[in-house]
Amino acid sequence: MHHIVLERWSRGASALHARDPRAKIVPLLVFLTALATARRALPEFSAVLFLLLCAALLGARIPLLAALARAALVLPFAAVFAAVCWLSGDPARGVAVALKSYLSALAVLTLVATTPLPALLRGLEAMRVPLFLLTVAQFLYRYLFVISEEAQHMSKAAAARGAPVRPMASSGARFRAAAGALAVLFARSYGRARDVHRAMLARGFTGRLPTLYDLRFRPADAAFAALASLAPLAARLAVERIG
Amino acid sequence: MKRPLIEVRDLRFRYGGGEAALNGVSFRLDEGESVALFGPNGSGKTTFVLHLNGLLQGEGSVEVCGLPVERRNLSAIRRKIGLVFQDSESQLFMPTVLEDVAFGPINRGLSRPEALDRAMAALRTVGMDAAAGRAPYHLSAGEQKKAAIAGILATGPEILVLDEPTTFLDPPGQRALAELLAALPQAKIVVTHNIPFALALCPRAVFFQEGVIVAEGPTAEVVARFRWNFDSAPAKSLR
Repeated sequence: MHHIVLERWSRGASALHARDPRAKIVPLLVFLTALATARRALPEFSAVLFLLLCAALLGARIPLLAALARAALVLPFAAVFAAVCWLSGDPARGVAVALKSYLSALAVLTLVATTPLPALLRGLEAMRVPLFLLTVAQFLYRYLFVISEEAQHMSKAAAARGAPVRPMASSGARFRAAAGALAVLFARSYGRARDVHRAMLARGFTGRLPTLYDLRFRPADAAFAALASLAPLAARLAVERIG
Repeated sequence: MKRPLIEVRDLRFRYGGGEAALNGVSFRLDEGESVALFGPNGSGKTTFVLHLNGLLQGEGSVEVCGLPVERRNLSAIRRKIGLVFQDSESQLFMPTVLEDVAFGPINRGLSRPEALDRAMAALRTVGMDAAAGRAPYHLSAGEQKKAAIAGILATGPEILVLDEPTTFLDPPGQRALAELLAALPQAKIVVTHNIPFALALCPRAVFFQEGVIVAEGPTAEVVARFRWNFDSAPAKSLR
């Protein structure tokens, strides 16, 4: 089965992967806050942040172009708000919305691509994020795999029975086929999700997903957290002073 | 007289208002016994075993080690029954094989080092210790089955319930699994269509049909009576 790429990336072995999740979560929060509250010299500040994130991704040996493309998945949503700002006579705000959305997504993706989800959730738990939210996140994650697996099974089954490799000529036919497949996909995924849940209950699941990750916050983690938190703040001060 | 580990009386169940899936099943499993569950597809075998640890709850009575299967006892009952599902892919849900096998022991309150020791021991038992760090979805179907069995063994159950355990296993794998299970001291319920496997492992068998047990006895006799072998001519009537 071909699985979600992020899961594979997160199991890498770089220095960034090796950091305690908390040492990456704190700088992410600083990054997002600095970005969200930036007003002056936003394009320049965004460019510096973009370079910082690219450096982090390259350092973690994550395929850069693939990561940049995945972060762009937020753009269609951001574009709606940007378009509303543009149409209401404030194009600068529209650009800011698009820039901030993309960079925020890229920053979150950098964290997720360098931290296995169980470790990330353990870090969030240690930072007193409510357990209920974390359990929902873990279920969502697990069931994304279920949907992905079912979609791949269906795609193979369709291909094996001669489904056209190229898109069908008629967009109406394509839409009907996609809608039908989507309905079956969700019905099948629901069945699989129920089976997964039963398997969890059978082995004593009581609402809390255990993890084998023991967090150890070393001096190197503290140094990384400090540097990575200071970087966006320093960048913002610098571009605002120059601007 | 042996202590009954499982005692089921007149169990009835229907899915979502549809046709009855179980229509008055009575069953008993004694300490140290291994019993095969035969029957056509859709005859209620899997539905029946899902009642044993309260994953489904119908009318009638189900008792496991003297405990009625009801909400307040589910936690204790699920410690006693290890259920290996037909679809191993659904049973393996943690990111690595080791984490998955340790899931049950951690849920049972073991410390992480104890759970890891228990998980590694279970993986060694099924010959999968070399795969401990691999992602379950990178395993072959046979390896997934073994990892799923290890996940159950690690919980230290008193009763093993295996739903189609030989699915996806090649003949040497089936033989190895039969030998492995035969060496385990737990009582076993094995849902299977694999007659040689059942004959090797289970002295007693019951036969399900349309949601009821229509026969039980020595495995070879049940197989012969229902002509349940691949090379037998089909019986005119299964009753």
